[in-house]
Amino acid sequence: MKWPALGYLRASSLDELWRALGEGAQILAGGQTLLATLAFRLSEPGTLVDITRIPELRGISVAGGVLRVGALTRHAELGRDALVARHAPLLTQAVPHIAHPAIRNRGTIGGSLAYADPAAELPACAVALDATLVLARAGGERRVKATEFFTGLLTTALEPGEIIAAVEFPLAGPSQRTVILEVARRSGDYAMTGLAAVLDLGADGRIASPRLTFFGVGEGPVLAARANAALEGRALDATAIAAAQAALDADLDPPADLHGPPAMKRHLCRVLLGRALQSFTPATEQAA
Amino acid sequence: MMITLTVNGERVTRHVEPRRHLIDFLRLDLGLTGSHAGCEHGVCGACTVRVDGEIVRGCLVLAASLDGAEVTTIEGLTDSGEVADLQEAFVARNAAQCGFCTPGMVMAAADILAHHADADRAAIREHLSGNYCRCTGYQAIVEAVETTLAARREAVR
Repeated sequence: MKWPALGYLRASSLDELWRALGEGAQILAGGQTLLATLAFRLSEPGTLVDITRIPELRGISVAGGVLRVGALTRHAELGRDALVARHAPLLTQAVPHIAHPAIRNRGTIGGSLAYADPAAELPACAVALDATLVLARAGGERRVKATEFFTGLLTTALEPGEIIAAVEFPLAGPSQRTVILEVARRSGDYAMTGLAAVLDLGADGRIASPRLTFFGVGEGPVLAARANAALEGRALDATAIAAAQAALDADLDPPADLHGPPAMKRHLCRVLLGRALQSFTPATEQAA
Repeated sequence: MMITLTVNGERVTRHVEPRRHLIDFLRLDLGLTGSHAGCEHGVCGACTVRVDGEIVRGCLVLAASLDGAEVTTIEGLTDSGEVADLQEAFVARNAAQCGFCTPGMVMAAADILAHHADADRAAIREHLSGNYCRCTGYQAIVEAVETTLAARREAVR
């Protein structure tokens, strides 16, 4: 249906934004989720405060040992950025999975993280890459780990009057391996189940610091602690994969949804885990 | 609020309510009815138009946010002749059936022609995956894009 009556304000600097944020104000970035919720009357903000022309929230840079991605970075920009491809290749791999080209031209990384859809790719990537979110408010900022940012279904650690200014990703080392896999009925749809996998693979073939993170299976991104523990320090082979798959079940508590029952999601997670780790084995890498 | 923007090469200034999305602005305020309002929540792609050179969902953009922007609709794209060959291929392959999705399909396909000259069939399908054809005429649409790409590559050779 048509959107409800609402106000619209454009902030062109952070100072203007702080003055505009008040009762009934809702931040508008790319709008690719928010504006759809207006059509369903799932949200009725008093005033949309457009932040897309605030320069402080833009830009991608490397400084101080991290890759800093401004909150207003659109998915399409993220997907073609050379610094991102070099220092956080998982993000480059993730972009083609996010919705469709026309939506990727508008949607932003800050918006995706703030909305925190449990089936979305970028929240899972932020957790898998152990990213840190830079949250700004009038008079200061604070940093929150992605693992602590997602606090529940569509809820985050953002407080009233606070916005995501940027996301900081640790720089990928030479031994880092990453892949993102998902099962969706139609290309571009939200995943029924997805996996963002990050680990280091040493020259000796051993796994270090695995961070397999599943999405579409809980209230937010699910860092598979037991499966990751089962992989730590092991040689990447069929035995290790089987051990991780066996351990994975205790990491998951997927709800039934319109796609199917929990048992189906557990099955899909095991399959994705197997495919992800297979893709890191030397034979697969040579074939690819 | 007042906005001034360029639509199909012409400068227009209009008063818009904040709740107006781009497609209603184009259709109802400017009379450009080539862009279609389908689902109006970002799923079907019938409202695909260009904003500042990039395809977007017209139903997921506030007209009020477009002060200073450059918008191109199917009317402008047609007049420019940029995709005349693609449109001929659509006709030749009967890729427009009821025609409702066609303007959005052509806008999305024009994006392939402009940016992905080497797209294969899988890439074409992937790029058009956000555009629904409820006649299910995808085969003919993909073929129209594929033959246009092939003809353009041949012409360059």
